[in-house]
Amino acid sequence: MAPPADARLRLETLRLTALYGRRGVVKDVSILFPAHTVTAVIGPSGCGKSTFLRCLNRMHELSEGGWVTGRVLLDDADIYDDGVDPVQLRRRIGMVFQRPTPFPTMSIYDNVAAGLRVNGHGGRRELDAAVERALRQAALWDETKDRLRHSALALSGGQQQRLCIARALAPQPEVLLLDEPTASLDPAGTQRIEELCHELKRLYTIVIVTHNMQQAARVSDYTAFFYLGDLIEVGRTETLFTRPTQERTEAYITGRFG
Amino acid sequence: MTTRGLRRHLTSGFMTGLVALLSFLAVVSLLLILGDLVAKGASSLDWNFFTQNPVPAGQSGGGVANAIVGTLIIVGLAALIGLPVGIGTGLYLAEYGSGRLGWVVRFVADVMNGTPSIVIGIFAWTWLVRPWHFSALAGAVSLAILMVPMIARTTEEMVRLVPHSLREAALALGYPRWRTSLRIVARTALAGIVTGCLVGVARIAGETAPLLFTALGNLNFSTSILQPMQTLSLQIFTYATGPFDEWHRLAWAAALVLMGLVLLLGVAARWAIRQRDGTAR
Repeated sequence: MAPPADARLRLETLRLTALYGRRGVVKDVSILFPAHTVTAVIGPSGCGKSTFLRCLNRMHELSEGGWVTGRVLLDDADIYDDGVDPVQLRRRIGMVFQRPTPFPTMSIYDNVAAGLRVNGHGGRRELDAAVERALRQAALWDETKDRLRHSALALSGGQQQRLCIARALAPQPEVLLLDEPTASLDPAGTQRIEELCHELKRLYTIVIVTHNMQQAARVSDYTAFFYLGDLIEVGRTETLFTRPTQERTEAYITGRFG
Repeated sequence: MTTRGLRRHLTSGFMTGLVALLSFLAVVSLLLILGDLVAKGASSLDWNFFTQNPVPAGQSGGGVANAIVGTLIIVGLAALIGLPVGIGTGLYLAEYGSGRLGWVVRFVADVMNGTPSIVIGIFAWTWLVRPWHFSALAGAVSLAILMVPMIARTTEEMVRLVPHSLREAALALGYPRWRTSLRIVARTALAGIVTGCLVGVARIAGETAPLLFTALGNLNFSTSILQPMQTLSLQIFTYATGPFDEWHRLAWAAALVLMGLVLLLGVAARWAIRQRDGTAR
C-alpha cells in the first residue's frame, strides 16, 4: 500500500508477532500507518486485533506471558529497542479502551491532568490551559467547564469515554490508539466519537480497532483486516470495502462469516 | 397456582424467613451485650471515673484514667507500627504477589492470622521483655504483630477489587508501575483499606492475653512507653476476676468505655472517608 506522497510516515510494524507464552495470537504483521490518517483494524472476535493494538504502545508485554518479535517503528526508531523506556514511550502514544475508565477518585479536571502531572508538568496556568485544550479537542469542554471539580463518575458513559480521550490527548501524544472505543456507547455517543476521529486526525495519527464494519468505513482512511492472527488484507478503506482482493475479506465484509 | 408454583412460593418464603431469623439472632446478641454493658456499667460512669486513677482495694471511688490513656497510647503505637507494614504487605501481595515469594508471604500471613494471641505475647515477652523489662512498647509491638496479617489480607482483598482496566488506563497514560499502585489503585481502594484497618485496630484494642506479660499493667498513671502501662482490657481482667463488688462495678464501666472507644473509632473513620470523597479534587 502506498501512502500519499506528502504524508510523513509515523508508525510502522515490521513482521510483528505477538505471543502469549508459545501461542502466537498475531502473526508476522507488517503495516504502515501514515501520519494524520485514521487506520481501522477490523476482524472477527479473537482475531488478534486488540492484541495487535496493544503491541503498538508496549502494553501487550504487561499481560501474563505476553511478548513480541519483529519491530515497531515510531518515526524510524524501534520502540522495542533496549534503550527505550516503555513508560516514557506510552506518554507519546495515547490509548483509549473499550469501556470508559475514568479514575473514580479524581475530579474531571484531575483525570485530564493526570497524564501531565505524572510527566512533571506542574505549572498551574500551564496545566489549566492544557486541560482546557484537551477537553475542547475531545468536544467535552462546553459540557464540563462549569463542573471541572466534580467527580468524573457523575458524567454519562459517552461523556466518560470522551473524558478518557481528553485524558489521552492532554500529554499531546503523537499517536492515538482506540480499542473499540464505542463498544459500550449508545448511537449518539458513538456518533460523537466518530466525528472526533475526523477532527483529531489533523493533529494525530489514529489507529482504531472496531468490530463494526460500518464504523470502519465511516471513520478510516485505511483498513486492515485480521483473521485468526493473520493480516489478510490492508489498503485504502474505500478500496477494501468495494474491491477486496482477498476472498476472505470479501466474505467477512459481506457478512458471510464472523 | 400450580403445585410446583406453590412449592416454590413456600420454599422461597421459608428461606427468606430463615435468613431474617438468623440475622435477627446476630443483631439481638449484639444488642444484648451492649444493653447489658449499659445496664451494669453506665451507673458507674461519672467525672471521677474518667479523671481519677484506681484507688487501693477496699476503698470506694477512683477511676480508670490511667487505663484509658494507656489504651490510647498502646493501641496508637501498635497502629503506628502495624498499619504501614500491614498495608504495604497487602499492596505487595495484591500488585506483585503472584510469584513464589507472594505465595510464601500469603501463607505466613494466614498462619499468623490463626495464631492465638497469647503465643504472640510469648514471642514479644521473649524478645522485648526478658532482655529489658515490661513495657508499653513491648505490648504495642505484640499488638502490632497481631494486626499485620489481618491488615495485610484485608488490604489485599480490597486492592484486588479494583478493576484491572483502571490499572491499564494508568499504565497506558505513562504511569510507572509503582505510581499506578499508589496513586490509582490504592487510592481507589482507600475506603475499603481504611475500613479494614479500622476493624483491625478495633480487634486489637480489646486484646488482653498478649498484654498480660508485656505491658503488664500499672496501678499508677504513666505515659512512658518504656515502663509498664495499664490498659482498659487489663483493667477489666483485674477487676472482673477480683473479689470485690466495687471492682466488678468498675469492670462493667470500663468495658462500656472500651466498647464506646471502638464505636467512636468506627464513626470517625466513616466520617473521614465521606469528607474526602465529597471534596474530590
